[in-house]
Amino acid sequence: MRRFTLIAVPYVWLLVLFLVPFIIVFKISLSDTALAIPPYTPTLDFSSGWEGIRNFFAGLDFENFKFLTTDDLYWKAYLSSLQIAAISTVLSLLVGYPIAYGMAQAPDEWRPTLMMLIILPFWTSFLIRVYSWMGILSNEGFLNQFLLWTGIISEPLLILNTNTAVYIGIVYTYLPFMILPIYAALEKLDISLLEAAEDLGCSRLTAFWLITIPLSKQGIIAGCFLVFIPALGEFVIPSLLGGSQTLMIGKVLFEEFFSNRDWPVASAVAVILLLILIIPIVLFQRNEQKQREAEG
Amino acid sequence: MAQTVFAPWLDADEKPLIQFKNVTKRFGDFVAIDNLTQDIYAKEFFALLGPSGCGKTTMMRMLGGFETPTEGQILIAGQDMKGVPPNKRAVNMMFQSYALFPHLSVFENIAFGLKREGKPKPEIEARVEEMLRLTRLTKFAKRKPHQISGGQRQRVALARSLAKAPKLLLLDEPLGALDKKLRQDTQFELMDIQEKTGTTFVIVTHDQEEAMTVASRVAVMDEGEIIQVATPADIYERPNSIYVADFIGDVNILHGHATRADDGYDIAYAEGKAPLHAKTSNDLGASAKCALAIRPEKVSITAKKPAKVTNAIKGKIIDIAYLGNLSTYHVEIEGGHMIKAQTANTTRLERRSFTWEDTVWLSWTDTAAIVLEG
Repeated sequence: MRRFTLIAVPYVWLLVLFLVPFIIVFKISLSDTALAIPPYTPTLDFSSGWEGIRNFFAGLDFENFKFLTTDDLYWKAYLSSLQIAAISTVLSLLVGYPIAYGMAQAPDEWRPTLMMLIILPFWTSFLIRVYSWMGILSNEGFLNQFLLWTGIISEPLLILNTNTAVYIGIVYTYLPFMILPIYAALEKLDISLLEAAEDLGCSRLTAFWLITIPLSKQGIIAGCFLVFIPALGEFVIPSLLGGSQTLMIGKVLFEEFFSNRDWPVASAVAVILLLILIIPIVLFQRNEQKQREAEG
Repeated sequence: MAQTVFAPWLDADEKPLIQFKNVTKRFGDFVAIDNLTQDIYAKEFFALLGPSGCGKTTMMRMLGGFETPTEGQILIAGQDMKGVPPNKRAVNMMFQSYALFPHLSVFENIAFGLKREGKPKPEIEARVEEMLRLTRLTKFAKRKPHQISGGQRQRVALARSLAKAPKLLLLDEPLGALDKKLRQDTQFELMDIQEKTGTTFVIVTHDQEEAMTVASRVAVMDEGEIIQVATPADIYERPNSIYVADFIGDVNILHGHATRADDGYDIAYAEGKAPLHAKTSNDLGASAKCALAIRPEKVSITAKKPAKVTNAIKGKIIDIAYLGNLSTYHVEIEGGHMIKAQTANTTRLERRSFTWEDTVWLSWTDTAAIVLEG
């Protein structure tokens, strides 16, 4: 009985906090828009008994999903999101790996401080931090003023409201998620493995390629997923830092919900986004499991 | 059949493979190696023996190129090794933790060093096969390190370090992680492989039995210095200090005052007792403080005072340690000293002649004990 209760806790949690909301969203995606509160129809009406339930199910269809295929805005937004998320992930890896490596090489007594510095940004609101990037990147921002002052450039760079700003924002925000799993993998790395590689004829650089990189692979994969998955559905960063040409599905979703007040289409967009995300999430889970097996 | 004794260190014409010349290594204020000079010859199985922190691992890591001497020179085959990185030395090391690459199979681990040399593939494969056969690992070639046992891992590490046919193989506590029985088997395997390949082995160990078994010469180290270098038999039979006598095997130490007598010394170890006599070629001067070291197995234990024996002391059995093949008697002699005497249990237990509280006589010949400066 006790065991059953223990197992039941996570399942109840999933049911209440994931499955039920998902079913609600999925149901809305099958409905039609209506000028009402809530702004869709049909709604479940128990007062008319069986008749009401039958009418409810008869009113559901896949019309909104079909609509998504007719307007190329949607698939372009999905593709563009995938692209932005993928590029951001690669950039985060390029920036994050050296930082994680440096942390793992640092003397033991420095590590808690370095770890603290990585986590410190989380103490402030994410929204405020993204806002502050507007102040840095805008035409009259700190970055342009600094570059103009040093004389490197004569005209301010146009960064804010471009995809570049979105990349900067995403890399900045999700960098800790890249650093921490890589650091965890590198910290476990036995220094004698590198010495053994050198002893067997590797230079430092080849030892890094042949030993350090493969042995931190699990951390790299975990970090990439942890950046890619939230970046794909990102809404705040593209809408604050991106321009009109920045097409991301999170932004489309927001606009459908709140500007168009078309909940059913917005829900359909959300359901598709979730389906796209399921693939990397499943791959991520499998990676984690493989790692546990390798360690066990 | 006459056998030539392997002792290149006695041959003045022999060129040493490794030369430590006044090597000092400091880590901050800590002196790990203190002005050490030592030659090691080709095909030797040289053991560095000492307690942890005595500098033996530092000595080995300097040979491997992982540490550089603060002062002094290390020469391998006549070449100064200063500034030569580990990957440019004809030296391979077998690490204490084995340091097998967990993401590579046994085969790939052994092939790792050969691939770095850029040898053709068939040649690499042939060499790896040969190594697998030598270490009896052919069946496990495709396994990953975590899928094989500790003893097998140890053999993979050995095969990997031997694959490049180094001039010198360094072994850092190679058998430390194995259980006793496997360790003993592996010691003979190591000697066998060393003989077959003709490689010079330098082994670091804190296990004196291991050093005695495998090595052609043993260097006993303490606090960054080599106290004595000699063959295992010499180390045991003729230690040059109390430290070495005490570190290797079991020993009784009696402190006393030596006065020259005949071809040795008379040692007065307690007030009003007849002095003990020991033959020695050591010269302590006419009269000096000294220590007498006697191995327990060289002490006879009898019920009556034996006739015609140089040294005999009366005592009482306080403790008996029964080890199966041997028994060690702890005998308290007059004056409160405890002397250990060891006898082989050649008769059945119930017929043993001595028991607790018995009064017995301990005796030894004049060559059994070693006179040391004390």
